[in-house]
Amino acid sequence: MTPRRALAVSAVSAVAAAAAALAWLFFIGLPRWYGGPAKAAAAPAPVQVPAGRKIKARLFYVAADGSSLTSVERDVAYGEGTAGQAKEIVNAQIAPVTEPLLSAVPPGTTLRALFVTANGEAYVDFSREITAAHPGGSLDELLTVYTIVNALTVNLPAVSAVQVLVNGMEVDTLAGHVDLRHPLAKNLAWVQ
Amino acid sequence: MNFRSLPGGSKAPALLCAGPALLCAIVSVAILLFARGLASQGVAQPSPLTLLAKEGRRVIPVSLINDQEFVALDDLAPIFQLTVREESLALTVSYKGKIIVLTSDQGLASVAGKLVSLPAPPTRVGRRWLVPLEFISRALAPIYDTRLELRKASHLLIAGDLRVPQVTVRYEPVGTAARLTVDATPRATSTVSQDNDRLTIKFDADALDIAISPLPPLPSQGVLQGVRVLDPVALAVDLGPRFAGLKASTQPVDQTMRLVIDLLSTQTPTETAGPVPAPPPPAAPAPDLSALNQPVSAVRTIAIDPGHGGDDEGAKGDGGVKEKDVTLSVARRVKASIEARLGIRVMLTRDDDRNVPLDERTAVANNNKADLFISLHANASLRKSAVGVSIFSVAFDQAAEQAARLTLAPERLPTFNGGLRDIELVPWDLAQIGHIDQSIELATILERQFHDRIALSPRPIVRAPLRVLESANMPAVLVEMGYLTNPDQEKQLAGADFQNAVVQAVFEAVLKFRDALDQGRLAAAGGTP
Repeated sequence: MTPRRALAVSAVSAVAAAAAALAWLFFIGLPRWYGGPAKAAAAPAPVQVPAGRKIKARLFYVAADGSSLTSVERDVAYGEGTAGQAKEIVNAQIAPVTEPLLSAVPPGTTLRALFVTANGEAYVDFSREITAAHPGGSLDELLTVYTIVNALTVNLPAVSAVQVLVNGMEVDTLAGHVDLRHPLAKNLAWVQ
Repeated sequence: MNFRSLPGGSKAPALLCAGPALLCAIVSVAILLFARGLASQGVAQPSPLTLLAKEGRRVIPVSLINDQEFVALDDLAPIFQLTVREESLALTVSYKGKIIVLTSDQGLASVAGKLVSLPAPPTRVGRRWLVPLEFISRALAPIYDTRLELRKASHLLIAGDLRVPQVTVRYEPVGTAARLTVDATPRATSTVSQDNDRLTIKFDADALDIAISPLPPLPSQGVLQGVRVLDPVALAVDLGPRFAGLKASTQPVDQTMRLVIDLLSTQTPTETAGPVPAPPPPAAPAPDLSALNQPVSAVRTIAIDPGHGGDDEGAKGDGGVKEKDVTLSVARRVKASIEARLGIRVMLTRDDDRNVPLDERTAVANNNKADLFISLHANASLRKSAVGVSIFSVAFDQAAEQAARLTLAPERLPTFNGGLRDIELVPWDLAQIGHIDQSIELATILERQFHDRIALSPRPIVRAPLRVLESANMPAVLVEMGYLTNPDQEKQLAGADFQNAVVQAVFEAVLKFRDALDQGRLAAAGGTP
């Protein structure tokens, strides 16, 4: 390499180094010095939830006398935010169980969607099995409804009332008895 | 068919309606009723057949031979344009090329090639051939151009598509007041108007097929003097000096339109016409029938709601018993029991196997101003061991209830005549809010009546947001009579013994609730949460 050529290479390297330093200064350094903390709060880095993280939740099943509910504490998958956690609780609540537990939610029922309004009303949309496979009777219907309502209102303080939807639609009742046209509040009178 | 175009030379002594139609009709109806009256007194002369058609009315003589009613072919021929030919062994009746063949020794007729039976063979009387009345419906009607309907019981023959409802009138004394129940089948609407001391019930019909049950002896100073036929489509109710007002309502019941008129009395229970009479001798206790002698009660109409129906079967037992069938059966029994023994009108929200929307059920009660609403159901549980009766009254969401109570405050609104009036506006879905206390009281009374008769569930009285109760604008409960999911109770629910026990409990509860209400022992409507 001739001295002339060596000088040229050094110049190019210096320019590249200066450009890199400037780029770091503008895109990383300055933001960190001036706007860094605010930006970090607005868009936090995703929380790395350890796989299999659980919360404790009270779920509700038909009591031995058949005319009330009994609550059982269970591990339920962690969900992000109120709506995310509500979905995990509902999915755990409607999951098939074996004796001695007996679910008041008809078998085959699935959760289609769930959202929570700013004033704490949860809208829970189930598949049509919740009505089509329902055995009927005022009591069974009350137990089904308050299984869902209590599962959310007892475990999530941010949820004050629950309205059950079916196939994306508001319904009058599940089986001809309980009025589902409005959100229902927690009712522990049905729990032993 | 045109009666007036018929030759006047008909040999039959038929009454031709050539005069003023109204006069003619009155005469016809009078004849019909008079003849029926004779028949009811056991006189052998049968009443004539009255033919009703668009062109008018006429009567056809009827003869009674060996307890069988006959009409003469000579009388039918000119009316229906029949040609009658007598042959050696048969009678041939022809109409527009269609042939009916009768034989003199057999109760059979060949009608356009088809064999039909008659209750008796044709009979010759003098020179006239007589055929059983059923000849008209079984032989003539199938080949005739116009519809012919023979109503043998009322001796009516209806030609064409005339609306001739069968009208029955029943009278029930209720204390010093009275109730008239007027049924029109098939359904015919009617209007009730008052003109001084007479009510007129006018039907939207072409004629009436009327049967007025003999009225019991009426007090000369009562609310009612009598019921009579006013014209072919109207009845007159002659009012008595005690008449103070009326409350009329209609309700469809299957194919019938039922009109109920309550005649209110000016007489109060404390009024006496003269010296206080001696106390009557002690009589055997008859708590059921004594209710008829009570003054007009606060509970005069009850709506019974048989749950589910049609494609909504409700709960179902393993043995196949369906909730919708049990509820209808019990509801009918309740209605029969209460109407017969208490004189209270009972309306069913359905009287057959059909799906009635929940709002329609309460609408029947609200629109007819029912004083009680009782919805009957059978329960289901995922635990087959669950048994017993539960009685539900409504529970509203607290926030909704508070909001609704604000709307219950009377609002002063302008009226048509320029004044102001306090009007209570009640949202339909929250109508029950004003009756919660009385509904709970009714549930409590029902529980006590069920207690000694049927097993109670661990939760015999429950409050819940039940849809069918929320719109009821009167004390309202829902009774779950037992569990169809329990095999033993499923059998009970389908049986008459259990159903009658339910009926008796409901009956006694209604009686006690009514008495408590009448005696002012219940909280006034407008209950607290």
